[in-house]
Amino acid sequence: MQSMSGAELVIRLLERQGVECIAGIPGGANLPLYDALSKSPAIRHVLARHEQGAGFIAQGMARSTGRPAVFFATSGPGATNTLTALADAKLDSVPVICITGQVSRPLIGTDAFQEVDIYGMSIPVTKHNFLVRSVEDLPRVITEAFRIAASGRPGPVLVDIPKDVQTATIVLSTLPEPAGPDPVEPPDAESLTRAARMIDEAERPILLLGGGVAASGASGAAFRLAERAGLPTTMSLLGLGAMPENHPLHLGMLGMHGARCVNMLMEECDLLLVAGARLDDRATGQVERFCPKAKLIHMDIDQSELDKLKQAHLGIMADAGTALTALAGLVALSERREWLARVAECKAAHPLLLSGSDDPRAPYGLVRRTGEILGPEAIVTTDVGQHQMRAAQAYPGLRPRRWLTSGGLGTMGFGLPAAIGAALAHPDRPVVCFTGDGSLLMNIQELATAAETGVNVKIVLANNNGLGLVQQQQDLFYGRRIFGSGYRLRVDFPRVAEGFGVHAVDLGSSRDPLADLERALLREGPCLVNVPVAAEENVYPMVPPGAANIEMIGGEAHAHAHA
Amino acid sequence: MRMLTPEDGTRPARALTALRLTVNNHPGVMSHICGLFARRAFNVEGILCTPLGGGAISRIWLLVQEDERLEQMIRQVRKLQDVLEVLPYAADEGAFTSLDACVEGWERGRTLLA
Repeated sequence: MQSMSGAELVIRLLERQGVECIAGIPGGANLPLYDALSKSPAIRHVLARHEQGAGFIAQGMARSTGRPAVFFATSGPGATNTLTALADAKLDSVPVICITGQVSRPLIGTDAFQEVDIYGMSIPVTKHNFLVRSVEDLPRVITEAFRIAASGRPGPVLVDIPKDVQTATIVLSTLPEPAGPDPVEPPDAESLTRAARMIDEAERPILLLGGGVAASGASGAAFRLAERAGLPTTMSLLGLGAMPENHPLHLGMLGMHGARCVNMLMEECDLLLVAGARLDDRATGQVERFCPKAKLIHMDIDQSELDKLKQAHLGIMADAGTALTALAGLVALSERREWLARVAECKAAHPLLLSGSDDPRAPYGLVRRTGEILGPEAIVTTDVGQHQMRAAQAYPGLRPRRWLTSGGLGTMGFGLPAAIGAALAHPDRPVVCFTGDGSLLMNIQELATAAETGVNVKIVLANNNGLGLVQQQQDLFYGRRIFGSGYRLRVDFPRVAEGFGVHAVDLGSSRDPLADLERALLREGPCLVNVPVAAEENVYPMVPPGAANIEMIGGEAHAHAHA
Repeated sequence: MRMLTPEDGTRPARALTALRLTVNNHPGVMSHICGLFARRAFNVEGILCTPLGGGAISRIWLLVQEDERLEQMIRQVRKLQDVLEVLPYAADEGAFTSLDACVEGWERGRTLLA
């Protein structure tokens, strides 16, 4: 028999789940949890500077390890500040567990100081949530939170614990066993046989891999299937890295800023096999006109993704790795010479145009050079904007769980804290965050967290003193009226970084930018590299929002030749 | 099959489906379910909820219009952690009508307190 407080019990349960690091911010309503955490020999605490930052630090840990990560916030404003990070995790299927303090039970519903209904508010942005109503519920709720976050399609879980539940005493003879993900049912054998037959009969098939393939470790299975059946393979933004870019069947990214030849080939394909992608509109363009000639086989672990946006000819509810492996054993060996010749021709006619890729002061060159200097072990995070799309298009050798980007929610401010989280989980790897000035400003306070923890995070800032992707849309679709998207004040980011205790380099004033970039990226600890770039440079190709993918603007090889 | 009749002529008459849900019974479950329908812009025409057995679980009947999004709605409801089972039924002509009568009878003879 052991007697302990609810808060001590929570920390014990988190230790048993294998949690090693919790980002968070203390406040009145979660101080018992913090007091218990202070006594934990196993769990390190990282003090974030904003609860949204704490949430993205946890996401960085979860996305790079594939295991649930935990973050703490207090009640009221602390709790509401977690919502963006939770919504981001929901849309990108990331297993994080947010534990908030709540006012004591007798005060709930009285509009007490720092009371907010975070349970009600977080319903739409979590996979599931709990308001713990008694200390006896804690063992079940905490283990359930881990089970739910990691099972099936992963996602965020919020656990709201009133302060008096944290201080209440509980006597337990045994602690519950740590929870893991539920076992997954094997895919329906008959559907797999049908899928194999459809692949064998297709003349111009394409395989599309999404975040589900990258996150579940199914990329090996995916390209073994691709190799056997001769399937050219494209990836969504979150699926990037699932197939190595030097693989002969690798096509690149589809969609709004995808490779031009991919969007063209999708128009020609007669079978699309989708694994672990939910056909987001940024990937499909106008969905009615997406792959107009193709039959669709859609595999997803979440049944509600099947037929959600596009009726599949065959829907298979399955773990991607299991289903892709099984399929590889069922399809006929195929060289598919004609189709692959057409694919090669299209790729050669419409290569990705990465202008200035040798110059570290050009937007694409900055991405390429950074990747070459850091090498294949690096973890890459991005913020949201033109720099994100350029990193997706040009970073050499992206890999699953080493490519962390906010896809579904598109959250500016994601990159820096996510990089800190990835670096905390992988102290042996370099971590680079590609960001823009608009994005970096949204969670810039986490520079202090980076400095304090000494994480090996390199912030590569493509600085155009404005909201580049917004300006691009205004330029292309709003009569070039650039309004409300340029900053009048030019922030001195190197000085700001140094003020936070982070070393900084300005390539704008550098006489040898490549050498300075290399020195900055290879030094230990956090560092910011500021690179002034032109605001007028758009990212191409671009599919206008709401248009079909085939209607992409720019990026034609001939346009470049005449430029 | 019961048809929902348009009163002002603005909404088309559609067939109705009754969804029978078995759910955990604790504060918040109803808001998970109703919130899901609301944020997917899917109207619920009628709701009936009663506790079952010892009160650990509840039975909820939702009367909804049959449209092309219904199957997707059912899949989304099944994903809710507190929803143990969802069974779609062709809506019975009488169920909610006799409920109207039942509530009417229940209201009759009661004292209005406020």
